[in-house]
Amino acid sequence: MAEGVCVITEFRDGAFRRVSFEIASEGRRLADELGGPLLAIALGDGVTEVAPDLGGYGVEKVYVVDDPLLKDYRAETYVPIAAEMLESIEPKVVLSAGSVDGKDLSARLAARLEAGLATDCTELKIEGGALAAKRPMYAGKALAWCSWSEGAWPQMATCRPNVMDCLPPDTAKKAEIEKTNVALPGSNLTLVVKTEKEVGGKLDLTEAETIVSGGRGMKGPENFAMLEELATLLGGTVGASRSAVDSGWRPHADQVGQTGKVVTPTLYIAVGISGAIQHLAGMSSSKYIVAVNKDPEAPIFSKTDYGVVDDLFRFLPVFIEEVKTLKSTC
Amino acid sequence: MDVIVLLKQVPDTETKIKIDADGKSIDTSDIKWIVNPYDEYAVEAALRLQESDGAMVTILSMGPERAVEAIRTALAMGADKGVLVDDPATEGSDALGKAKVLAAALRSMDFDLVFCGHRAVDDDENQVGIMVAELTGIPHLGMAVSIEVADGKARIERPLEGAKVTLEATMPALVTFGGAHAVWNPRYASLPGIMKAKKKPLEQKTLADLGVSPDEVGAQAAKMQVTSMGLPKERQAGRVLEGDTDEKAKELTRLLHEEAKVI
Ligand SMILES: Cc1cc2nc3c(=O)[nH]c(=O)nc-3n(C[C@H](O)[C@H](O)[C@H](O)COP(=O)(O)OP(=O)(O)OC[C@H]3O[C@@H](n4cnc5c(N)ncnc54)[C@H](O)[C@@H]3O)c2cc1C
Repeated sequence: MAEGVCVITEFRDGAFRRVSFEIASEGRRLADELGGPLLAIALGDGVTEVAPDLGGYGVEKVYVVDDPLLKDYRAETYVPIAAEMLESIEPKVVLSAGSVDGKDLSARLAARLEAGLATDCTELKIEGGALAAKRPMYAGKALAWCSWSEGAWPQMATCRPNVMDCLPPDTAKKAEIEKTNVALPGSNLTLVVKTEKEVGGKLDLTEAETIVSGGRGMKGPENFAMLEELATLLGGTVGASRSAVDSGWRPHADQVGQTGKVVTPTLYIAVGISGAIQHLAGMSSSKYIVAVNKDPEAPIFSKTDYGVVDDLFRFLPVFIEEVKTLKSTC
Repeated sequence: MDVIVLLKQVPDTETKIKIDADGKSIDTSDIKWIVNPYDEYAVEAALRLQESDGAMVTILSMGPERAVEAIRTALAMGADKGVLVDDPATEGSDALGKAKVLAAALRSMDFDLVFCGHRAVDDDENQVGIMVAELTGIPHLGMAVSIEVADGKARIERPLEGAKVTLEATMPALVTFGGAHAVWNPRYASLPGIMKAKKKPLEQKTLADLGVSPDEVGAQAAKMQVTSMGLPKERQAGRVLEGDTDEKAKELTRLLHEEAKVI
């Protein structure tokens, strides 16, 4: 009989991505409620070395396949291995990362296993011995609770990065490792031609704790240097409205909103952004929202914790100096 | 070359969402419907292949009668023909149910490439395209921000957290489109385009035509369902800081540090 929880980790460039620890922590909580073990699947090139560390987040046992062919995520290698593992482990609940690769893997697995999948979940709970998942729809304009049909197996969910609480790891605890050698399919239908790292290791918006976004009010690409400076001081990253992206001032990956990234940082600072419904949809669930706008009637002010009505070109330099002073004294 | 674009009709992004009396879905009474923006990018990419390689572009959609309008929009942009799967038995399908219907429709069609948005901005599920690739047994190149097609292969670039990746797949393949409006700049339907679209072939099909049994799809086959839907808690507009620029800058720094404790 299916029992317990299994998390599918994401390993890249020699380390687990943080979202893996978030889903492991969440998995631990669910497994305690459900009864049954917390297991993990770890696939990658060189993953054996760090796999035991998952124990620090409450994982009891990790099923590992370590192979140079697993260096990059490719559906034709990852999907059959993970599907076979899930069929033999038979967990009741499967959690995976709502990342670019995690989305591909989990949707393929759900189709292969004929499973129900709730994507981008922001809250999970156990109800009557089964999973219930909360997920935003319409870019967060609505929130839905989802449940799985009687007998549907497994109950699969992906978690949005940066949302689930990550436990402080107990570094003394190590997970048991079960290594499997599998003959990897030789099929070469897809090929990773190259991977170019973002210069300066720019944090992805979906994973940033602080985002400083600029809109049309920034007047031109050169003025984003101020936002870059502020973001760096605060350990965050820069985002943009669609107007700023459409104007060619910022790369498309910076766009926040219903047709950009939906973000949930601890602090979101909107500078020269009016707060169109599509933009608000993408950032309204940030913990703290600050807006700087010279128009007191701008709709963005209906969502802000702290509003600054001022000319951004006057306000920002002064504010940046204040933050610098604060940082130098603490 | 045959390119099929999977297209979904969704509520306009301007829509202020209201919850339906059933408490599990949205109230659709006053909704204006549009083509899912990411599917629009897919149509644009397909039309560029029509121009460069003479690709035949077919729009495939699943939905009620009103979805005809979304298909016509794509035909007016320049697509060659359309197919709508309209069957009441598909109502209430989960992502897998929808993918099964679309995969079944693809089985009866010729294609080298299947294009669609990486997600539809209504359910935001990010599943259906990928599941269609899995059920059809073809590679999936996800969240493309560029595409090149040559020598039986499709090559895309796509963002990965903190990196940009170039991927290649042997055709037939399914490509889901990402990026932003600025990346694809989908063309508008021109007036002559709209006139022509009225005469382009648009076929309607039922599950029986596709050989799909009604109990494989729809609400009763769904593995997962929405049990309740609500609106997010309204954020309370907070305080607007007082004083001159210096005072506001000091006060904001203090509030973020001492009250919110986020800097
Ligand atoms: C299908 C569709 C999808 C969309 N998706 C998105 C999306 O994902 N994300 C998104 O952001 N938008 C999206 N939009 C666009 C959205 O409707 C708005 O057009 C856009 O968000 C406006 O950007 P903005 O706030 O930067 O510009 P504006 O609305 O022009 O606002 C600029 C603001 O800057 C202020 N300002 C100007 N100068 C100064 C100054 N010196 N000091 C201080 N303040 C100043 C002004 O008061 C104003 O409020 C979408 C639109 C459509 C149709």
